[in-house]
Amino acid sequence: MSKLRLRFAKKGKAVYISHLDLMRTMQRVFLRAGYPLKYSEGFNPHAQISILLPLSVGCSSSCELMDFQLTADAELKEMPEKLSAAMPEGIEALEVYEAERKVKELKWLDISGRFEYDERPLEEMAEALREFFSAESIVIEKKTKRGMGQADIAPAIRAISFEAGEGCVALRAVISAQEPTLNPEHLVSALRQKAEGIAPDFAEFERLEIFDENMEIFR
Amino acid sequence: MNPKLKRILPKVQKPARYTGGEYNEIIKDKNAVSLRMAFCFPDTYEIGMSNVGMRILYGTMNSMPNVWCERVFAPWSDMEEEMRKASLPLYALESGDPISEFDAIGFSIGYEMAYTTVLNMLDMGGIPLRSKDRKSLLPLVFCGGTSCCNSEPMAPFMDVMLVGEGEEMDNELLELLIRAKEEAWSKEAFLLEAAKIEGVYVPSLYEPVYNADGTLAEMRRLEGAPEKVTKRIVKNFDESYFPTNQIVPSTEIVHDRVNLELFRGCIRGCRFCQAGHIYRPVRTRNYERLVKQGIESLENTGYQEVTLSSLSSSDYPGLEALCDGLQDYCVPRSIGLALPSLRADNFSMDLMQKVQRVRKSGLTFAPEAGSQRLRDAINKNVRHEDLMETCKVAFSGGWNNIKLYFMLGLPTETDEDVLAIADMAKSVVWMWRQHSTNKDRGVRITVSTSCFIPKPHSPFQWEAQVSPEEYLRKVKLLREHMTAKNVTYNWHDAETSVIEAVLSRGDRRIADVIEEVWRSGARLEAWSDFFDYKRWTDALEKCGVDPAFYTTREREKDEILPWDHIDMGVRKAHFWREREKAYAAELSPDCSVKCSGCGANKLTGGVCNE
Repeated sequence: MSKLRLRFAKKGKAVYISHLDLMRTMQRVFLRAGYPLKYSEGFNPHAQISILLPLSVGCSSSCELMDFQLTADAELKEMPEKLSAAMPEGIEALEVYEAERKVKELKWLDISGRFEYDERPLEEMAEALREFFSAESIVIEKKTKRGMGQADIAPAIRAISFEAGEGCVALRAVISAQEPTLNPEHLVSALRQKAEGIAPDFAEFERLEIFDENMEIFR
Repeated sequence: MNPKLKRILPKVQKPARYTGGEYNEIIKDKNAVSLRMAFCFPDTYEIGMSNVGMRILYGTMNSMPNVWCERVFAPWSDMEEEMRKASLPLYALESGDPISEFDAIGFSIGYEMAYTTVLNMLDMGGIPLRSKDRKSLLPLVFCGGTSCCNSEPMAPFMDVMLVGEGEEMDNELLELLIRAKEEAWSKEAFLLEAAKIEGVYVPSLYEPVYNADGTLAEMRRLEGAPEKVTKRIVKNFDESYFPTNQIVPSTEIVHDRVNLELFRGCIRGCRFCQAGHIYRPVRTRNYERLVKQGIESLENTGYQEVTLSSLSSSDYPGLEALCDGLQDYCVPRSIGLALPSLRADNFSMDLMQKVQRVRKSGLTFAPEAGSQRLRDAINKNVRHEDLMETCKVAFSGGWNNIKLYFMLGLPTETDEDVLAIADMAKSVVWMWRQHSTNKDRGVRITVSTSCFIPKPHSPFQWEAQVSPEEYLRKVKLLREHMTAKNVTYNWHDAETSVIEAVLSRGDRRIADVIEEVWRSGARLEAWSDFFDYKRWTDALEKCGVDPAFYTTREREKDEILPWDHIDMGVRKAHFWREREKAYAAELSPDCSVKCSGCGANKLTGGVCNE
């Protein structure tokens, strides 16, 4: 059978499930729902599944993609409902279709975020955040495979906006999903490193949509 | 989700264990139930969720439509620190509500080193530690589990302690509590009524009186206290509840698989073994039912592995049929079948090959003692030839990884017995040379020793434990003689064994020590990361308790033991008889050969080992 792609949401309690645990959970979800995943050959067979853009622990998403293959035919239309019924709280299958586009065509992520400030005025914070992120270059210290390194995150931000909202400053941004990867948490580390006064007391993020390099929705 | 929790979770390791929301979790409307039960396991999520007993009782208690039973585990130290910093009390996973809002708080305590964690969890929930300091009926704090067979060390902290199997008893206790809650009974009135339920021990109805030498003079009974509390069992184990729709954790746990319970109890009667005596009488589950339960569980969970668990799985009468039945389902689906608790004597090539068909793991055996004489003394009916035969079968079947477990410090042990362990390891290596089908892969033999801890309700309950110095001398002796190549020797530390020994045969005075140790920072002590011997010796000293009284002191035959009023089924006279046979190195036949009249069959009305 051809390569299939599942689009799913991961929110609420499920945001704390790590990438590795999610892979394990997904294998069980498919078994519970009665869909036989294709396994690798060899001494220690494992299900051939791959999550296109691993998500950090704590981050919500309504646009996760996972590729897999089945060993038997399945009615794709009814799969999301059956899979969802077998998933833990917070994970929901949205769509299953034949995978056509390649992972590397995936480029931009539309994200939202909540920046919480316990004792600072939100309007002021929003203004200062807009100012901070309008800079042409924002160089931060970043963990790399070879210890600490420096990276300019500004080119990885295609658009960004901040609005004072209910109990938080609401963020909306389009950031680079890969090459380079910008983890939304880096937006907060940038503040901690360069503008401690407007770094939030707590921040959380959600992936809303994924795009290719022409800002067409990627599926 | 609680906003405090939301801020904490990104900071701690493995946050998924603190959220609940797993597949098959039971959610009820808290306003629509009569009673809310916080089922606490005094260890981490990964350990607690691996516990079969916990899974069974979560199911049975939730089978009551007017009860919602939720799970509570001990947080790891990083989480505890964050929770205390944020003033976030200990909460249950399903609802996220603090345990102080529950009607009943019940702990499952399976091992002594969890005692300090019980206190820590109560404290994190804002619950006073001692029963006498909790004046109102609710929340009722109780516990069950193996360690209740000597209830005394934890007695002052508990309103009620449950002796034996909880499937029926827990529900009866909760039903009574619902009635008491609705009719607004006092705590005292409830406890008197609860004491009438078979298996329920109410510690406040008993008062220990001590002799000048520190031994027990009597367990004085207050009005309404039964003379003995008799262990509760599930009489019809075959048809008793088994959860085939168990929760599937979203993060990895220790036993991340389907766990089938073949039988309760053990036919063997090894004299050092508490479990082999306190779970009597032996009751088995029909193999066809087990196959059905196994398949149902696998389908409901999506697990890729099933394990057969019981005290001595290879004694299960229908083992071949069971393995065949499961393998018919598992093999085509690449599901692994694991078979722990093997004995070295009745292990067959046939069975091994069945288990091996999908995945091959290492083999573990516990000869417990190196010499035949000492194995006879402890009634471990394993002969040297049997073990060698087993190794031959295993090595010719392609296995190359064998673990052997032994105890040092067993009653009657001599240096000769200790050295026999090294000889046995050598013989195993020799068998590998003779019979291995693939010598290029090498062989790994692991020998582990632990220090024998005399346990209540076993024939060795009167014995002196060897001193830590003597244990370490034996370790050193063995190490010097463990010269065989390919043999790795591991030994447990002596210090944990001393504390375990104090706790396992402790009396009510030990409660003060447990509280003191907890106050000085002890928790999660089943983890070597957290065990601190000095904290214990300091607490013992501060409380004026001499550990030697509990460890290296041999008890007199007629001494009143702190657990004598807890009746686990097997008679004290049987234990003494077995002890005498141990000193004569005389074997007792297992229950399938000849009934030794231990007395446990009174619990099932005279029937045993069906």
